Amino acid sequence: MNTKDAVYNFCLRMADNNLISGQRLTEWCSRGPILEEDLAMTNLALDLFGQAESFFDYAASLNGNVKSADDLAFLRSERQYYNNLLVEQPNGDFAVTMMKQFLFSAFQKLMYEALTESNDDTIKGISTKALKEAKYHFRHSSEWVIRLGKGTKESHERVQLAINELWRFTTDMFEMNATDEELISTGISANLETIYGKWNFVVGEILKEATLAIPDAAKIIKGGCNGMHTEHLGHILTEMQYLQRAYPGATW
Amino acid sequence: MVTTGAHLTRKMVWNLLSEIPDPDIPVISITELGIVRDVEVLQDDKIVVTLTPSYSGCPAMQLFKEDIKAVLRQYGAKEVEVKIIHSPAWTTDWLSKEAKEKMRKHGIAPPEDWCGTAVKLFGDAKRKITCPHCGKQDTKLTSQFGSTPCKALWFCNGCNQPFEYFKCY
Repeated sequence: MNTKDAVYNFCLRMADNNLISGQRLTEWCSRGPILEEDLAMTNLALDLFGQAESFFDYAASLNGNVKSADDLAFLRSERQYYNNLLVEQPNGDFAVTMMKQFLFSAFQKLMYEALTESNDDTIKGISTKALKEAKYHFRHSSEWVIRLGKGTKESHERVQLAINELWRFTTDMFEMNATDEELISTGISANLETIYGKWNFVVGEILKEATLAIPDAAKIIKGGCNGMHTEHLGHILTEMQYLQRAYPGATW
Repeated sequence: MVTTGAHLTRKMVWNLLSEIPDPDIPVISITELGIVRDVEVLQDDKIVVTLTPSYSGCPAMQLFKEDIKAVLRQYGAKEVEVKIIHSPAWTTDWLSKEAKEKMRKHGIAPPEDWCGTAVKLFGDAKRKITCPHCGKQDTKLTSQFGSTPCKALWFCNGCNQPFEYFKCY
């Protein structure tokens, strides 16, 4: 794979992670357990959409804007999305959503930290900004994981159930393919194995503080970076792409 | 003041831009906010303005672009291009002292820490933000997220008033 194609694929993966994660968070809009949390989750979604847009814009520019950022976001089919399986999982209750957000934002924070050293100036710039946002996201979700874990018997049980359900999708975030090989050798992206080690440490510390047990990793599901998804992504896209599919070329 | 009809110079363009307010904090202009990185005046009254996004998802960015184009066209620019650059990334460290003071007078507590490279983003976790209404430090965080991406919600026990804090970024 040449470098340009690898950067393009990588930008789509980063954008898709942000887009799908943001789309899931907006499902909470007007349904948050308290007003401040409603605002928080939609704020997180806004940051994620912004990061998605930056990566989509860059990807589109690499291909001479033949397809616009909007085309990339709304007119691809399921197998052409490269997001991690974790972010497409259903929200469940608030504990599942916060656990999902926690596991993902820990990854995002470490990823962006690494990308601030990228040899690609645009990726470096986007990541320097996004890192600040990811730090706020990570802090917010960690605080909730600790609060739920150390809260009542019920909140502890629910957040433990949440991690039991989600853990099998976490290894997928660190799966690498030919895109990563090319970008590691050119110093544009980071080795996800290194990030995995750091992620395990950071996540482990918070889970320990939250008195939560890390589930057995017996059953592991991967494939997101190669376009292989769980059944949930198709449903998200059906809703998310409705307008663009029903009214091609519609503008604001 | 720039009058219509004359050819725009770089300095005139900067002056015009310094009169465009931030829609969320109207007492601050886009130049005081620090998002305007460059102005070029090309031949035939074509102007290129380079911006750095403040926050990744800030809806105000779209408005900034529209406002810049509208104002410069009104003063004779034939063609206005607004370019976006991502590097170096914007930080609240670029807010001028004057801008922070204006913010405080407007009722928004300005960022209190120097963020540098995001390493010190949260500064001292125990830090109490000074209430922009009464100046007391007996305040507490209500929510890290508020009405816009840039602000957190705080509450002052001194004057019993909620207030917004412009987060370090």
